[in-house]
Amino acid sequence: MSKLDGWFVQSGSGSGSGYLDDQFIQLEELQDDANPNFVEEVVTLFFGDSTRLIFNIEQALDKKPLDFNKLDTFMHQFKGSSSSIGAKKVKNECTQFREYCRQGNGEGCIRTFQQLKKEYATLRKKLENYFQLARQAGPTETACRPK
Amino acid sequence: MDRSLENGFASPRTESFPAGLRVLVVDDDPTWLKILEKMLKRCSYEVTTCCLARDALDLLRERKDGFDIVISDVNMPDMDGFKLLEHVGLEMDLPVIMMSVDGETSRVMKGVQHGACDYLLKPVRMKELKNIWQHVFRKKIHEVKDIESYEGNEDILLRNGSDRFDDGHFLFGGDLSSGKKRKETENKEHDDQEYSDLSSVKKARVVWSVDLHQKFVNAVNQIGFDKVGPKKILDLMNVPWLTRENVASHLQKYRLYLSRLQKPNDPKTSFCGIKQQDFGQKDPPASFAHQSSIPVHQNSAASCSFGYSSNNLLVQDAGSEIHEGDLKGIISFLPVKEPRNALNGDLPSPQKGNGSQISLTHSFGSPEPDVSNISFEATIPQKHAWSREVPIMQLKQQPKQEHKPYGYTLLPLPSQQHNIQAESLHPGPSINLGTSITERDKTSPFEIKPLCTEYRSNSIKNVSPTAHIIDPLQAEKKIVIPQDFGAMSTINTELPSMKHHGFTQHCTSTWESDQRNLIPGIGSTLFASQEELQLNFLQDYAFVEDVELNNIEFLNYQDPELFADVPTHLYDRLKFNNDYLCESTLEYPIMDQGLFIA
Repeated sequence: MSKLDGWFVQSGSGSGSGYLDDQFIQLEELQDDANPNFVEEVVTLFFGDSTRLIFNIEQALDKKPLDFNKLDTFMHQFKGSSSSIGAKKVKNECTQFREYCRQGNGEGCIRTFQQLKKEYATLRKKLENYFQLARQAGPTETACRPK
Repeated sequence: MDRSLENGFASPRTESFPAGLRVLVVDDDPTWLKILEKMLKRCSYEVTTCCLARDALDLLRERKDGFDIVISDVNMPDMDGFKLLEHVGLEMDLPVIMMSVDGETSRVMKGVQHGACDYLLKPVRMKELKNIWQHVFRKKIHEVKDIESYEGNEDILLRNGSDRFDDGHFLFGGDLSSGKKRKETENKEHDDQEYSDLSSVKKARVVWSVDLHQKFVNAVNQIGFDKVGPKKILDLMNVPWLTRENVASHLQKYRLYLSRLQKPNDPKTSFCGIKQQDFGQKDPPASFAHQSSIPVHQNSAASCSFGYSSNNLLVQDAGSEIHEGDLKGIISFLPVKEPRNALNGDLPSPQKGNGSQISLTHSFGSPEPDVSNISFEATIPQKHAWSREVPIMQLKQQPKQEHKPYGYTLLPLPSQQHNIQAESLHPGPSINLGTSITERDKTSPFEIKPLCTEYRSNSIKNVSPTAHIIDPLQAEKKIVIPQDFGAMSTINTELPSMKHHGFTQHCTSTWESDQRNLIPGIGSTLFASQEELQLNFLQDYAFVEDVELNNIEFLNYQDPELFADVPTHLYDRLKFNNDYLCESTLEYPIMDQGLFIA
């Protein structure tokens, strides 16, 4: 709904401004009477799990010299996790981060991670708002996916 | 679980299929686990989720036959997804789908090499999951076709194979010179055991827990991979209730598994071949049809996991006809090319025989991870096999040095002729086997026969005792060796498994057509074989290096004791053979070695 401005589900060739991708639509489609809060549950799970991952990565980034293999493994997990809810921007940062890992570019990793956390926080905020609004609007409205 | 097994409500044959497909999902990511569960339920599948690979393994062991398919993430903290794949492949015979957010070719390839039937990229889509039943269905089709008895046939196949394999190893370890006697006794045993084994297989199946498998791997490592045999492993493992057969079976799977991990162009891929040969060795002549079909089963078992069983089916069918062939005698075996064509279907002319062969090999090789490379490798051995058709006469007369320039690759093998003659001389079953071998060698010029006769007598003598035990492929090799005297023997022996497979398949499939073609085959083939020979020369030349590699690798796998007195290197071996050519007495040992090497 347009009232939920500020975040988009963008598929494929979007401008890149979207926070979420097709996967989120998939999640919404999976929501049904058996699981009326499916999307929110999944998103909650994601943020719970990713908090732990972010913590792990922060710790790994504090250790010098950087263990790029370890960082890459963590970020691989994070990327997989981000893909579950279609967190597009976060996922892009993950990809960038892993690229820096491959290059052995510690600076790039740290910088990217800051950006990643920023995107992550933004998405979290937006999704929280979204679910809040959705709850207010009621089930019928929820089924209507905002563009 | 039993109920579901009995009802087979996940079986493709029930009307509701694929609804009710029992899926085990393993992912350490709770979010994905939840999503996948939901998606799979939407597909009307019965879903069990697991966030730890170890739990998943326990679950799989606990609920045997409780699942139809496993979907597993690649990266998991407690156990690598590939490791899980390995275990599932070794212990259960379930299709496994790997998934990862990482679509790197090397990763996907690794998954496939480890035996994954599919590799899904995250985010996984509903439409992909909806379609996973195909893997279960495919597997079931192959199982049903492989053996008519549907339930537990996989076990039987594997067990059967392992028994033979096992025995092969036993032979390896044993005294070579006494091969004949030993084989005869083994044949008897084998006869007795053959069917009882089949019936008792299911019960005897062992659960290879992580610990048990670890013990196994430790034992293998301790012994050294090239020396392992079930008995040795069993002794080292020191697990009272475990039988040698259990270990043998597991060892076989383990080797298959390892061979899959080999890089495509790694000579180790010949592993499968070793096993195949072994099977043949101990088979009694009487059960010829049976034997030949068994290797086939093996193939199918192996290919099942990879999803290639079409060839096997054909072969198997052919196998049933073998008895007939035996009865009819030598003549029926003569037309070689026809069978091949039949197998491959599209190659009518003898000359194309090579081509068809290649395709055969190719199919066999496909189980290996990297299709393109593997197929290439596979073809090499095949060609060599065919190269045997090259007329011996020239080569024989040439000095040894001459052979070398060409590479031992030039393999003049009058094996056909020899075989034929041998057949006529020895009406016994063993002879028939020999004949079958010949078959696959293209019908070559009959003129050669007279020339070869002298050699033949030697070879026959040696061959018949051992050969009858051996399956067609091996028998062939043995026969060939004495004849070759030249470079041939080594090459033949080293030929990787693929050739064998191809070979067996040919033999089996050919039986029928052979009979029909006997007369026409002889005449027409002569012509074709000439051309082929030329082709072979070229091919051989190009492939020499590969062959050598294979050989060496192969040797490594063998028990060192066996080869203690035999130089590992090709060249050396060639000489060896040459030296003994003249002495009929010495040939026997050579042949034996050939067997083992083969």
